Amino acid sequence: MAKGDPLLEVSHLVKHFPIKEGLLIDREVAVVHAVDDVSLTLHEGETLGLVGESGCGKSTLCRTIIQLFKPTSGSVRYQGKELVGLSRNELQPIRRDIQMIFQDPYASLNPRRRVGQIIGDPLRLHGLASGSQLRREVQQLMDRVGLQPEHYNRYPHEFSGGQRQRIGIARALALRPKLIIADEPVSALDVSIQAQIINLLDDLQDEFGLSYIFVAHDLGVVRHVSDRIAVMYLGKIVERSPASTLYERPIHPYSVALLSAVPIPDPQANAGRQPLVLEGDVPSPVDPPPACRFHTRCPWATEICSQDEPPLAEYESGQAAACHHPRNVDPRMISEATVAQDSPESASDTLPSETERVPAASR
Amino acid sequence: MVASRPEPLLSVEDLRVKFATEDGIVGAVDGVSLELNPGEILGIVGESGSGKSVSAQTIMGLTRSPNASISGSVRFHGNDLVSATEEDLQSIRGQEISMVFQDPMTSLNPVYRVGDQIVEQIEAHRELPRDEAKRRSVELLASVGIPNAAERVDDYPYEFSGGMRQRAMIAMALALEPRVLIADEPTTALDVTIQAQIMALIQRLNEERGLAVILITHDLGVIAEVADRVLVMYAGQIVEQGSLDEIFYDPQHPYTWGLMGSLTRLDQPPPERLPQIAGQPPSLLSPPSGCRFRPRCPHAFEKCTELPGLEERLAGASGHADRCWLDPQDKKELREVEGRIGLEVLTRGSPAGAAEGEPV
Repeated sequence: MAKGDPLLEVSHLVKHFPIKEGLLIDREVAVVHAVDDVSLTLHEGETLGLVGESGCGKSTLCRTIIQLFKPTSGSVRYQGKELVGLSRNELQPIRRDIQMIFQDPYASLNPRRRVGQIIGDPLRLHGLASGSQLRREVQQLMDRVGLQPEHYNRYPHEFSGGQRQRIGIARALALRPKLIIADEPVSALDVSIQAQIINLLDDLQDEFGLSYIFVAHDLGVVRHVSDRIAVMYLGKIVERSPASTLYERPIHPYSVALLSAVPIPDPQANAGRQPLVLEGDVPSPVDPPPACRFHTRCPWATEICSQDEPPLAEYESGQAAACHHPRNVDPRMISEATVAQDSPESASDTLPSETERVPAASR
Repeated sequence: MVASRPEPLLSVEDLRVKFATEDGIVGAVDGVSLELNPGEILGIVGESGSGKSVSAQTIMGLTRSPNASISGSVRFHGNDLVSATEEDLQSIRGQEISMVFQDPMTSLNPVYRVGDQIVEQIEAHRELPRDEAKRRSVELLASVGIPNAAERVDDYPYEFSGGMRQRAMIAMALALEPRVLIADEPTTALDVTIQAQIMALIQRLNEERGLAVILITHDLGVIAEVADRVLVMYAGQIVEQGSLDEIFYDPQHPYTWGLMGSLTRLDQPPPERLPQIAGQPPSLLSPPSGCRFRPRCPHAFEKCTELPGLEERLAGASGHADRCWLDPQDKKELREVEGRIGLEVLTRGSPAGAAEGEPV
């Protein structure tokens, strides 16, 4: 575990998108609750996995952290410096330190520019290199990410998906950032190529001392890279946990369901498994369910779940989960649970109690 | 090549599909033979460009176009679907063999109500009064698990979520009670919890109605959950085929090992480093000579410049066949990495970049 001051500290971050209607005067008719009171910290050299299904707000969270979206409220501190409210110019030096890798290697590279230009642009725009020095640096980067430097003058369409993702990684590395936010960097790639990219990101982390926020829509890929994992559902963090603990003992029912939904590539292991198949779809973030947002799909939900928003409860295992009916915890863990100091402001102080535990809904 | 036990429902023999493109001839499918037995779920696994979708589309007669050349045969009920007229195919599509595609967002017409699209399909093939067809479409939607089907039948596709759209597509595919369902990456565009729902649905239909399913996917995990038999495709060819257990517990082709190794298994402690297959799949414009996996295979030797046939190489094998020259005895040792099946792990400094080869 990393020590010292956190590199990045996000607290009570909120991002709502208004839905407007009207011809002359824009009336705000509804609000998309994309990110609703999310707090997280990231230490130097650490990788935080951020997991959730489409529409849970994980991509919005990333973009709000780097101030591509202006937060509705809350704070983002980078090396102790508040980013919310900074002007474009003031953000410029920080953008050097925080880079992004995007999901779609086809859409995130300009098809009319040569690979060398794409990778060299950050260096050029920040005035760090030019001419032959720029070319040399770009070719070193290409070599480092497993591209052939002599392909400097080719266009993105001449490369396969996996190679394009390497171009995106080289571009993100160009400014020697401290933090890279990778938004589903392998979701669009074939399985055999996914492993290559994950191993590359792993090596680069060791070599450059990078910190990552690694976003994914299932728990499979983040396992290899993450030190800690945060699970999001409908704009909220429902569980955060040291990575290995999450896979052994998920506490929040949604984490249990996410884990259970990933098929195991082993027919015999599957035969004995009773997967928890969630019913229904993720509700709309325009009108999220009250109190615990997962209660409409949760097999263990009781009355309290629709009336009282559970706080983020911290357990001795280093895990924290926002649930009235936590799974995989013993009575002692429940009795020793405390409300996390960054629990959402709208949540109550009602910690789970042993008597409220209900048996698993029979399926 | 494989001795058939029950009379197969569908049998494909030496299917070859070539497309003429601006850059040259692409051999998308190169000699695929397969059999689908009644009531069976046949999994076809492979990565993008392996020819799995083109094979399935060709079975349905969907790849016919002026730039395509198709040879081989697809036998179904005594008909050859490769040489069948478009008219004959019309009566087979939907009625006998149906298909569900990857992207439920683009396979439904956005300006027609979901129910009307199902009614249209029923009316095209059956003489049924409209209200009867409508009632049938409500039943179908309910049977695939759409809540309030009687009301939702009048919704437009945009009012459905991704998972519901895929359910609607399945309902439409089942409207005429076909005997074969071809599902081409039916869950790839969906979230994991929704994927679990859709796979459970396909499995239920298979069990309850005896529907034979060809399930095409890149995900061995999905295959492990539902398939009876598995074909592994690479660069337009089948490189290994066998029963579910044979493929998972005694895989013979190094590409299959690589696919297994690059999977993350949530039920086991993670390996230090993900085993990876170096390089990338070859261009089908000019596939490598000999074994097509040779340029990426860490175990390739001289003999691999000659293309191995899809043959049963294990003593006593029946139906388990592969395209690999390695000695079955040696394979057992070669395929184990850190106690699990996977290709040898590349260490830092190995020429991963160089092995990537030329851009396509």
